[in-house]
Amino acid sequence: MPEPVISIKGLRKSYGDTEAVRGIDLEVDRGEIFACLGPNGAGKTTTVEILEGYRKRSGGEVAVLGVDPERAKREWRQRIGIVLQSCRLDPYLTVRESLDLYAGYYSHPRPVAEVLELVGLGGKADERTGKLSGGQQRRLDVGMALVGDPELLFLDEPTTGFDPGARRQAWEAIAGLRELGKTVFLTTHYMDEAQHLADRVAIIADGEVVARGAPEELGDRDSQPTVITYRGPEGEVSLSTTTPVETLNELTGRALAEGFELEGLEVKRPSLEDVYLQLTDRGNGKVEEGARQA
Amino acid sequence: MSMVLHQFRYDQKAFWRNPASVFFTVAFPVVLLLIFATVFNGQTIEVDGGVEITAYYVPAIITLAVISATMQSLAMSLVIAREDGRLKRGRGTPMPAWVFIAGRVGNSIVVALLMLAVISLLGRVLYDVPIPWAELPAILVTLAIGAAAFSCLGIALTAAIPSQDAAAPIVNALLLPLYFLSGVFIPDDELPSGVIEFANHFPIRDFFQAFFTAYLPGGDSGLDWGNLAVVAIWGIAGLLLAIRFFRWTPRSG
Repeated sequence: MPEPVISIKGLRKSYGDTEAVRGIDLEVDRGEIFACLGPNGAGKTTTVEILEGYRKRSGGEVAVLGVDPERAKREWRQRIGIVLQSCRLDPYLTVRESLDLYAGYYSHPRPVAEVLELVGLGGKADERTGKLSGGQQRRLDVGMALVGDPELLFLDEPTTGFDPGARRQAWEAIAGLRELGKTVFLTTHYMDEAQHLADRVAIIADGEVVARGAPEELGDRDSQPTVITYRGPEGEVSLSTTTPVETLNELTGRALAEGFELEGLEVKRPSLEDVYLQLTDRGNGKVEEGARQA
Repeated sequence: MSMVLHQFRYDQKAFWRNPASVFFTVAFPVVLLLIFATVFNGQTIEVDGGVEITAYYVPAIITLAVISATMQSLAMSLVIAREDGRLKRGRGTPMPAWVFIAGRVGNSIVVALLMLAVISLLGRVLYDVPIPWAELPAILVTLAIGAAAFSCLGIALTAAIPSQDAAAPIVNALLLPLYFLSGVFIPDDELPSGVIEFANHFPIRDFFQAFFTAYLPGGDSGLDWGNLAVVAIWGIAGLLLAIRFFRWTPRSG
């Protein structure tokens, strides 16, 4: 069995009286993109910053590339790349200079020209970073984390606040990391981001892992009931069923026999979003509306 | 060591491309020299047996330029980089902390030396203030001690600045009054003795006196060890405070 790249057992972190992380267990294997999905304040950034060596944990065991991040040395930092949740780059350096600067910190950097292509900024190499769009800055940020040729990359909410086009571009850059054989640990509060990028997802709520697995299996989505909705003579109807074929057959048969229309007929499998909202306790009332719009 | 040079190169690029840093650190002292020396030209000051006012302002403005290139420039640029998250990001790389600091301080010292050359030259060309070549060793030693001490104080000061917006007001509120009270803007002999006595509690006055002594040609000029020792002690205090309180992570968020 190869050693996992990240191994967390019973991780805890308290700030004063509040417990931000309460007993998280996770393992991340080499070469996978692992997403830590959860609402704001769930403990994602605390967790990732403990893994990066920025914060000290209150309890539990953590090994990143076989090393406890609290005792990590420079050699360990050669092997990881970090993209922080929010970081403005030096606006007076160009894209190429920013990468050159960071390349100089590592003993075996990846050629800057190659990194420029990887993050799709070849045409912007001599542009000052202050002139880049948000999405381009984020891709440069990923490039700066990549230029040391690390084995493992941490991306903390890489697309928060982006418009759809910029997100798509950032996603392409991140998906490209998989082809380089990198292990990626990313946090996000966007379900579609986890679904699109990750091999495996852990959903975190209130400092705990509430579900884990491949995006399509999360929260036993396969075995959850299908919801059928329509407007009939009795008004708006919503049926929950585990045997959708049978139920639909009965329903359409009845509609034909009695001569009414099934207006607005919809057959819905629970989406990752439904599972997510249900798991993170946001599945009701106004909170749900807020979460859907966020 | 080569990593320090690497860091220094990019700090230099960023410094010279930043209009605010170029204005406050390079242009502002030049403008001050032109204003003071032109307005008061022809007067004599009752210091050290009487000196031309222009010969007074050249070392005074160099003093200001050195403090501006070190303490002011470091305090402001480090707070901006800290709140941008750039210091934190740098700490996530294999670059050692001291390399980063050495690059920034090196940048400040190089700019301070450049300002020494610029102001001396302007004084010589525009106002006939002789460049005291014979005193160059004393001038450089004084400048080195001052630049090092005010760099430490600037780095320490960042701990007291909570946000990017607060950086300029806090730094200026601290330095501008002390320039006035220490005789950098208004000559010594125009200031009431109580003011000078008050200013004596702060290192700007000590550094100014030491630099003035070093820069004045002939006589009993040279190294003013008494005042330099006070500047150095301030610098060491700044260094200790910086080691204890400097932070790499943003205050906000």
